[in-house]
Amino acid sequence: MIRYLGSRLLQMVPVVFVVTLVIFLLTQMLPGDPTVTILGEHSTPEQRAQARVEYGLDAPAPVQYLRWLGRTATGDLGRSLRSRERVIDKLAERVPVTLQLTGLSILVAVAIGMPAGIAAARWRGTWIDTVSSIAALSGMAVPYFWMGVLLILLFAQELRWLPPSGYVAFAKDPVQNLRLMVLPSLTIGLAFAGLIMRQTRGAMLEVLSQDYVRTARAKGLGEFAVMFKHALRNALIPVVTVIGLQIGALLGGAVVTETVFSLPGLGRMVVEGIFTRDFPVIQGAVIFIVLCVLAVNLATDIVYRFVDPRAQA
Amino acid sequence: MTALASTAENANATVESPGRLVIRRLLRHRLGVVGLAILAAIVFAAIFAPILVPFAPDDVLVGEPHSPPSATFWFGTDEIGRDVLSRTIYGARVSIQIVVFALAAAIVVGSAIGLASGYAGGVWDAVTMRIMDGLLAFPLLVLALAIIAVLGPDLLNAMIAIAVTKTPGFARLVRGEVVRLRRIEYVRAAEAAGASDIRIVLRHVWPNIMGNVVVYGSLSGSQALINESALSFLGLGVQPPTPSWGYMVATGMQFWQSWWMSFFPGLAIFLAVLAFNVVGDALRDALDSRLE
Repeated sequence: MIRYLGSRLLQMVPVVFVVTLVIFLLTQMLPGDPTVTILGEHSTPEQRAQARVEYGLDAPAPVQYLRWLGRTATGDLGRSLRSRERVIDKLAERVPVTLQLTGLSILVAVAIGMPAGIAAARWRGTWIDTVSSIAALSGMAVPYFWMGVLLILLFAQELRWLPPSGYVAFAKDPVQNLRLMVLPSLTIGLAFAGLIMRQTRGAMLEVLSQDYVRTARAKGLGEFAVMFKHALRNALIPVVTVIGLQIGALLGGAVVTETVFSLPGLGRMVVEGIFTRDFPVIQGAVIFIVLCVLAVNLATDIVYRFVDPRAQA
Repeated sequence: MTALASTAENANATVESPGRLVIRRLLRHRLGVVGLAILAAIVFAAIFAPILVPFAPDDVLVGEPHSPPSATFWFGTDEIGRDVLSRTIYGARVSIQIVVFALAAAIVVGSAIGLASGYAGGVWDAVTMRIMDGLLAFPLLVLALAIIAVLGPDLLNAMIAIAVTKTPGFARLVRGEVVRLRRIEYVRAAEAAGASDIRIVLRHVWPNIMGNVVVYGSLSGSQALINESALSFLGLGVQPPTPSWGYMVATGMQFWQSWWMSFFPGLAIFLAVLAFNVVGDALRDALDSRLE
């Protein structure tokens, strides 16, 4: 296990290197002189030349990259060009919003997708299977922003049950926070439920055809015990894996969903950064998102290996 | 043994013309046919938009602003009295254009990288695949946003961004297949017979990978479309006044009472994505059953 962990971590090194290099190169490709951005339009050439030395911009690109990597590793992501706020502080403010949104969305997706997948597998070929399969297929085809619009139209504009958008911190007003988070979580959760449903259905069908399930039935176990004690436990593995591997897609979905519902999360931070051409902010948020994805993928692999003895061979 | 069997299969399939077999199987797949029909309708709308639309897409005040759907304005009118149906039909142009060009670029570049990597092996393979892994670690939309942040928002850049995000997937797929195929007898036989690398790749390897690339391409079409519409929804894709589905949904969000402004363009995206998905599924089934 420890050897596996070691080799898995070692494999991450080149990926992290490439990821950081891509982000660094993108900043290098930015049009315009960075010293103009720092000093303003009216700076003299001498001032700019001095700033160039001061900020290390005169060093060769590989040196600049290594310096930047060193700073990033210690959490120094620079400052926003607009507000002069430290990017790391901004992240600390935004991350909880996105985490809550992603967490609640997974909850919604599992709560809907798993029972639907189990039912579809149990009653394979019946109308239950057909209806949930079509619903899943549709759910996966709805773009997040349109799902958000439909939910707002129905629950906020027509029925007036929930507020259409906005954000209040959980610590400040838990009830209002959850009311505001219902629609965004449903937006991502409903779409993601389709994927979970299909995954659960496939895994259950495979498990249900196994000998040990037949044995369980043959020895007279009730249907409930067969489904939940024997089948579901083993079908869970691929479902958990798909959640882990889709974390990137979920965070991508958060970018759009946060815009629809005006949530001050990471995704909104990236989009705002693009509109205000605030590159340190974009860079910080993107690095954070990608490192999150890598960490969750790694954790999924490790958990998978831990729970599935077959993967250890 | 398996290798021998699949070689024999391939020989048989060639006799029966695999292309026609796949098409026949595809047409028997009911959902797949529906998907194909939807895609055909969208492509048709995109090509013949100028003839099909009841009003010019940019003409303002063709009707009262915010008119609900009616016999004259099937999808209603927007905030400055433009016809939403005409704009939705024109929106197909932008979306299809971006998806087709971005995918074509991703397939060509990705497949070339994959073929070269899988065939050459060694350091070149290790380096390019680590780069692809690095790019794959980015959520598609986040990478697209980072690229747009540098290049600036417009139609061409949206295409480039989506092409870049889709390239590593094709490279990985093709490379994996190449590595697998190289171990199979007929490729080794060709090598032994002294065929050149280019000839082996183009004549023996690529034709056997193409099916998978088409299936993956179709499924990628839906992702490309979702990301294209997400970019334009965020205001970072095609710039107004060019009608695009994503941007129309975003504009509609400022006028909740006129629900039709965001409903119909969103429905168009949904149907197109659904179509790409079911066609991809159907293609996969059609190609899979060939191996049965």
